[in-house]
Amino acid sequence: MSTRRTVAMELQTPHLDADGYISRAPLMVNERGAVATVDASSAGAPTPEPGLESDHMLINIGPQHPATHGVLRLVLELDGETVVRCIPHIGYLHCGFEKIGEYRQYNQIIPWTDREDYLNSMGNNVSFVLGCERLFGIEITPRCTVLRVIAMELSRIMSHVVWVGTTAVDIGAFTPFLWIFQERENIYNLLEGWVGARLTTSGTRVGGMAADIPDGWLEGLRSFVKGFVKTLDETDKMLTKNAIWSGRTVGLGVMGPIDATNAGLSGPMLRASGVAYDVRKDFPYLDYETYDFDVPVGRQGDVYDRYLVRMEEMRQSCRILDQAMQRLPDGPINIDDPRVILPPKHKATSEMESMIHHFKLVMEGPRPPAGECYVATESPKGEKGYYMVSDGSAKPVRWRIRPPSFVNLSAIPKMVEGHLLSDVIAINASIDIVMGEIDR
Amino acid sequence: MTDRRTTPVADSVSDAFAPSVAGFAIVNAGALAVGAPATPRNVPARGGEANPSAAALIAKFGDAVVRTWVNCGETNVVVKVGAVHDIIRWMHDDHDQRYEYLVDITAVEYRDAGRPLEVVWHLRSLSFLRFLRIKVELSPREPLAVPSVIDIYSGADWLERECWDMFGIRFDGHPDLRRILLWESYREGFPLRKDFPLRGRFSRAEQLKQALAADPEARYSMEELTIAEAFDSLPEDMKRRIAADKAAGQEGFGE
Repeated sequence: MSTRRTVAMELQTPHLDADGYISRAPLMVNERGAVATVDASSAGAPTPEPGLESDHMLINIGPQHPATHGVLRLVLELDGETVVRCIPHIGYLHCGFEKIGEYRQYNQIIPWTDREDYLNSMGNNVSFVLGCERLFGIEITPRCTVLRVIAMELSRIMSHVVWVGTTAVDIGAFTPFLWIFQERENIYNLLEGWVGARLTTSGTRVGGMAADIPDGWLEGLRSFVKGFVKTLDETDKMLTKNAIWSGRTVGLGVMGPIDATNAGLSGPMLRASGVAYDVRKDFPYLDYETYDFDVPVGRQGDVYDRYLVRMEEMRQSCRILDQAMQRLPDGPINIDDPRVILPPKHKATSEMESMIHHFKLVMEGPRPPAGECYVATESPKGEKGYYMVSDGSAKPVRWRIRPPSFVNLSAIPKMVEGHLLSDVIAINASIDIVMGEIDR
Repeated sequence: MTDRRTTPVADSVSDAFAPSVAGFAIVNAGALAVGAPATPRNVPARGGEANPSAAALIAKFGDAVVRTWVNCGETNVVVKVGAVHDIIRWMHDDHDQRYEYLVDITAVEYRDAGRPLEVVWHLRSLSFLRFLRIKVELSPREPLAVPSVIDIYSGADWLERECWDMFGIRFDGHPDLRRILLWESYREGFPLRKDFPLRGRFSRAEQLKQALAADPEARYSMEELTIAEAFDSLPEDMKRRIAADKAAGQEGFGE
């Protein structure tokens, strides 16, 4: 962990403005509707050379292309190397989570939430049980609240780390991938120590958590945060002012704030476009309003700004983790209500009443009152919401996932049309899609 | 707490990004909200403070609003099918409402066969930090069709396609209403309907047989084949089959 590497390398970035921001090359639209990026210094739109005009070409990216981050298929109509039309195809991973949820008790749905956005499994667990608890009318314990904040911020860092690494690989930088994936490994080790699983955590229960953190776990988290900030700085140094990185990200896939809001984008995608909407600030949950953190906002809405926003979000997550570690109170993690929380095993085997509760909870499951609720949380991808409708039985009538990547991906035709084929990879990567969540 | 937001990436939104659609631009969510938002506590299952937009809707649209109630702290408004497009349009455009953000479109079918199927729009006002659920009840005997809101929110595109794909609810006015998660030639119906068995209508053996018999080239949609200019060169039977699949996708199963 100590003295392993130093970074003293900064490629010279052209076109920095007075504030140190990278200046954007203007987009030129020619009379055929195609958009081309040209260097700011060269004047006029590029004109096709005579005799080189020909029919459009149809090209398939995916579903098995490594740069599509899963089984996404993009059918692109190309004019030369410029994308004229993009038709996305999804559904290759569809396995009917919502249908299956209608046949499961609430606690039995939690493992399915791991598997949709599998980079944010702990965050999904928390979001889902928050929705259940609103439906059940449960107030969780203070310790549980803080532990859930830690879980959500850890998984936010984990998801963003994967995003930075894989996007860097897509664009051609391999080193940050290796550095930053080591940090992901550290988070997995922490989660393994807490809930026993690395990827499919299922770490929450309606009314509490599956397990309290073990002794010494907070020290592990503390040293992780300390080391992670260093890695983040190094990655920042490798990428942010790197000429290749900025050349491949600046000015691509621009979404203005009005377009982005109207298209329902959320998370870093929306904030990079300049709209300061963060569910943690605007519709708080888990006492997020009492934490001191900032919401980074971009101003151009291009791939580069999405990168900057995500990098800053990881730093802010570290701030939240620091505060959460300081304020973590002692006390129980589960609420004291035998109607929703299983009794401890030793009581279930020795006390008649606990055994009955245990039996009824396992066989019938907890029953919420009839009603419905939609609870949204800020997942790393954006606004992740669970809409649950109950008719008073132990299984939901309808369990709906509001998938942020699904809505974000639906804007990809608008973002890639007019750009070059090689930029499609960068733009697609910038959306931060997880096909498990999109197809469900 | 320090100031509500800082913008480390940029000081402010540049002038180039202050356009206006429907007369206003959103930059900071909650710009017009009263008071600081806080984590809701002890939310009652029934009752509570209603979203003021519900009263505004009743005042504006009168009879088109069937009923409103508050559940788990969220305001529900059931409206008539004929008025839902106008209502959502007004909610989006009106300066005292400003529901700029479409969260979700989905549907709910209850286990009682007699209960109407509901189409649900979740709307958010980022300026006022409000959340509203608009519902339309569709009797199973009527044709399952509601107006599309894609002309108001471009984000409705895939959400409506998914709702069609899973429930068979037609969104009138959607320019490209085809299946999205399932493939276009899917024959078994609409999976999230309660009459659809959990394991599907066909046996595993039959599903495997169909998958093996499927022609991968038929996975191209009509639109893409037209782009490729390959449609005319396809064999006659494949042309017919693709055309038939397209029609079947639009008609749906068991309507």
